Amino acid sequence: MIKPMRRFSSSFAVILLAVSALLAGPVAAQSLSVDIVGGVKTATPIVVVPFAQQGGAPLTTDVADVMRNDFNRSGKFRSLDKADIVETPSIGSQIKFATWRLLKQDYIVVGRISDAGGGMLKVDFELWDVNKQQELLGGAFTSPAGDLRGVAHQIADKVYQKITGVRGAFWTRIAYITAVGLGDHTTYSLIVADSDGYNPQVVARSRESLLSPAWSPDGRKLAYVSFESGNSNIYVQDITTGSRQLVSARKGINGAPAWSPDGKKLAVSLSYVGNPEIFVIDLATHQETRLTHSLSIDTEPVWAPDGKSIYFTSDRSGRPQIYQIPASGGTPQRITFSGQYNAKASVSYDGKQIAMVQGNGNVYRIAILDQSLGGQVRFVSPGPLDDSVSFAPNASMLLYSASEGSRGVLYSVSNDGLVRQRLMLAEGNVQEPAWGPYREH
Amino acid sequence: MNKTVRIALVALLCVGAAACTKKAEVKAPPAPAPEPAVAPQAPVSNGKYTPADLNTDACLKQRVVYFDFDKSEIKPEFQQIMACHAKYLQDRPTAQIRLEGNTDERGTREYNLGLGERRGNAVSSALQANGASASQLTVISYGKEKPVCREHNEDCWSKNRRVEIVYTAE
Repeated sequence: MIKPMRRFSSSFAVILLAVSALLAGPVAAQSLSVDIVGGVKTATPIVVVPFAQQGGAPLTTDVADVMRNDFNRSGKFRSLDKADIVETPSIGSQIKFATWRLLKQDYIVVGRISDAGGGMLKVDFELWDVNKQQELLGGAFTSPAGDLRGVAHQIADKVYQKITGVRGAFWTRIAYITAVGLGDHTTYSLIVADSDGYNPQVVARSRESLLSPAWSPDGRKLAYVSFESGNSNIYVQDITTGSRQLVSARKGINGAPAWSPDGKKLAVSLSYVGNPEIFVIDLATHQETRLTHSLSIDTEPVWAPDGKSIYFTSDRSGRPQIYQIPASGGTPQRITFSGQYNAKASVSYDGKQIAMVQGNGNVYRIAILDQSLGGQVRFVSPGPLDDSVSFAPNASMLLYSASEGSRGVLYSVSNDGLVRQRLMLAEGNVQEPAWGPYREH
Repeated sequence: MNKTVRIALVALLCVGAAACTKKAEVKAPPAPAPEPAVAPQAPVSNGKYTPADLNTDACLKQRVVYFDFDKSEIKPEFQQIMACHAKYLQDRPTAQIRLEGNTDERGTREYNLGLGERRGNAVSSALQANGASASQLTVISYGKEKPVCREHNEDCWSKNRRVEIVYTAE
């Protein structure tokens, strides 16, 4: 049964920190270096010809290069190396299909970039089927010169969708935490970057731990946990303006925020009642509703896409496992039965796949439970110390953190586990990744 | 805005917010004090601890309780430490302890926050069972955020699975 909890006392009424606007805002962060591990021989071959530039200042972004990397790390495509691209058509009429058939390419993308005036560029693109010699897709984007990477990701999304039938998720953003420095001299930063790790921007910085960033469904805000006051507190921050709300600063743990699909509520884990329990906080009324009642650790809630239930981690059976509870309250049902340790669920957009951290002995790997396949579990990461996984909005890829030597790094991995892309800092640790929603702007 | 200014602003924000106020902390000295040649005598005539004992008493100087993997039970070898710190709190009713719960690096950050708190609560209960007052004890969990050792092996992990006893008032 659900008992609405009393409202926040004034000490943790929602506080808008005007000062935080000065602390946040777009500030360039330390760049991630990016490299791709593995490859899939069965992936669809596609050639992205370097886009022709028609006038204007030299460009710093190679649009075709950005697209090739997008396709490669998806695991669904294998793009022809730039060095092997022997001809450079920029419109369909210039394509010699025999050349690309010989190179065993199924699809070809060509394009051209022209000056649209006023600092804007126009990027035209075409997708052709090599065997049928047929145009499948054509279009144009007009954008500021500084956003050519964004344009490249959007073209890649359209091509991906045309060929696979699934919406592309390259033009999305990721959030993560960096920890640079040792011991008391560590600086933690909450960063937002493009899905391929480029354009990192600092959203918040702290001398104490930051963790558990979670995207609002509209992609405008991040909820996260900060120890800046000494204890774990939950904040919601607007990415663009930097304005910030303190959502929960109870005694004990205030952790693991997760947005409801309608963006109106946060599921959280609070321990002021004695041990960590799952609560739902209404962001408009600040009313708290307690969902779980056990003496165990109940944490890491995440909403099912329909908003009707919440998955969470609980060790009520001894070791941590994933449970599911109606969002309106009720009896939790355990859903993981293989593996000694299952924690931090991430749910695919269709609700069919649950990714989690699974520990067996000293090896912690990312596992995907496919509920449409009778609860089968498969691993998509090698371990041994993988942590914190998050699905891309189309579930074609996942993002997780791993430990390599003394370093914390991120990997994006294709859903089949075959292609991984590592994202790491020149110095320091990257951790707690969260893949953002589709972008509309 | 440059980095220095931003950090300065963070510092200002912290000074202004009451929640950031940090009480004076008394951590155990880095190296053990030289042992006296003669066995230490009872600290004072009435048998009560004084703040000076925190740095000299062989038992009170021990401020870290270690745990087994994924466990929060106080092991028998730490019972003596529970007893002397509880006695100190009884002898000094104004004394305050913060119990900082920590875990090793395995598993997820949020679950480990829960586990660190469970360990802190276990130490809190043990101190209370030995006569300390709940009002003298606060528990905070850092989970796996504050390791003292950063290698990926059991030797290191065993050092990180700990509760630190921090006197915030002596």
